[in-house]
Amino acid sequence: MPGVHVAQKIEADTVRFGLLRRVRYEPFNYSRRWSLRTLFLIATVFLYAPIVVLVIFSFNDSRRGGNVIWKGFTTKYYSKAFQNDELMLAFANSLTIALVTMVLAVILGTLTAVLLWRFRFPFKPLVEGLVSLPIVIPEICMGVSLALFFSSMGWMKTGNLMWPLNLVNITIAHITFCFPFAAMVIRARLDSFNRETEEAARDLGASEWRVLKDILIPHMRPGIIAAALLAFTLSLDDFVITFFTSGPNTVTFPVKIYSMVRFSVTPEINAASTVLILMTLILTWLALRYQRALER
Amino acid sequence: MQQRAGQRPAAFIATGLPGIGWLLAFFVAPLSIILLYSFGENVSLTQVETTGTLENYRRIFEPEILKLGWRSIRIAFISTLICLVIGFPMALVIATSSQRAKPWLLLLIMLPFWTNLLIRTYALLNILGTRGRLNELLVWLHGGMRQALDIIGLSEAGLLADRFTPITFLGTEGGVIYGIVYVSLPFAILPLYSVLERMDTSLLEASIDLGAGQWTTFRRVLLPLALPGVLTAAVITFIPALGQFLTPDLLGRGQVDMIANVIERQFKRANDWPFGSALSLTLLYVTFLLLTLRAFSDARRARRTENRG
Repeated sequence: MPGVHVAQKIEADTVRFGLLRRVRYEPFNYSRRWSLRTLFLIATVFLYAPIVVLVIFSFNDSRRGGNVIWKGFTTKYYSKAFQNDELMLAFANSLTIALVTMVLAVILGTLTAVLLWRFRFPFKPLVEGLVSLPIVIPEICMGVSLALFFSSMGWMKTGNLMWPLNLVNITIAHITFCFPFAAMVIRARLDSFNRETEEAARDLGASEWRVLKDILIPHMRPGIIAAALLAFTLSLDDFVITFFTSGPNTVTFPVKIYSMVRFSVTPEINAASTVLILMTLILTWLALRYQRALER
Repeated sequence: MQQRAGQRPAAFIATGLPGIGWLLAFFVAPLSIILLYSFGENVSLTQVETTGTLENYRRIFEPEILKLGWRSIRIAFISTLICLVIGFPMALVIATSSQRAKPWLLLLIMLPFWTNLLIRTYALLNILGTRGRLNELLVWLHGGMRQALDIIGLSEAGLLADRFTPITFLGTEGGVIYGIVYVSLPFAILPLYSVLERMDTSLLEASIDLGAGQWTTFRRVLLPLALPGVLTAAVITFIPALGQFLTPDLLGRGQVDMIANVIERQFKRANDWPFGSALSLTLLYVTFLLLTLRAFSDARRARRTENRG
């Protein structure tokens, strides 16, 4: 049937030269559609615009209501933020808590991941459920329950201890919601482990400890590093749970910013936020570089 | 090939005890304490006694609290719906991009998600004010539309008001929904992406080859196949949205309180711990209910595909 052939030829030419916009799409070629691309672009702007505006207005030379009208460029709010002792203490607190949380969450997470991966035992689904529970329950419930727990144990007074011991409540709370995430990430990595390697090592006389140190941990390493970064960010990011477990003397960066925002909106808050955003960017970049290095 | 715990008791205890013990001490015990408190009453300013009273649970059914609960569900539901409607096409774009572009597009979406939640909500304050950037943008669009109408000679038709009245976002439900969509959109995109990415495209090709149009294929083949991801995305967006504290607190200006704000007030100001405990447990039960429904629908689908295969 020559007619069909000609029609196909015309269609092919139309596509090739883009003469008519009626392009015949492949079924799964949605990323080529301009309507969807435009939507994607608008949504991305929707996600980024507030952050970009926040960074721009951290350089705004206006004392009050600093986020409405642009009054000229200044960096004085950065030096002001860095000279704000309370803010800097809150920043140091946040970093200390995040570091301790990271280390302990990774240790607990690794052990739990190995437990769930390696052993069969009674009530295992129950234990798996327990480990994933802190991930799914609303933050406010966890914050409230920990606040009541600490106060009924008489631990709320730890806020008067010497730094950094006074941060122990917040750190415990952070470890509690971070390590299940770490366990999940590491558990997922263990799925790709080839158990024959382990058996071979055992047959060749390696002890339990050698197998762990020389075979299992090296295999888990990418998972462990991903888990560490996740725990660090989650801890640094948390507001709600910290808000309930912190005392007047133990304030983290997000809690401090929160009280500043309630008091008044100033470019100083923008400057401090920009510093934190920059830190997040650097961390992400390091994580990406590490991942790249692994793939090579 | 997993080992029985009895085969290596020492290794079993060494790997199990720290994590599980930690959860029992700092997760299960605190939850048990709010369970106890929810059946208690204030005997003095700082003392709570568990008396087995159901008064706290009865108070949840007071009209004021019910109204708040209904508002929380409404706000969370609308936000989830918007997230799905925007998130689905976005996930579709990422899933169908070239292998090289994929990780970068994903990173683009996830990067704001890694930025501190408080900072992101604070950033919205500047955008959503009556003199904020979003209203500025709307004024600009309004002006542009008026000029366009002028050019085609329709400016007298009264299609647009002379001046643009700024929209109040802060302190309204609209503003809170905007905020929740903003913070949870990446949450919704990930599960959608992962189901679309794994999709068997030969089914779509078969549908097209058998004469179905693009739209029919999308509606009758792609969407049903993506349904598990849509459900996951819905649950994963709805649960945190329902318990949102920060967004209604900062963007609602105390006028659009949700359940979490009432809970916070019981602990920080009203000092009514038993009632706060009962409220947070109720929120927890709603969460469990949703997760159970989700698990059931998964199990049903698994059975159905099994029967077919």
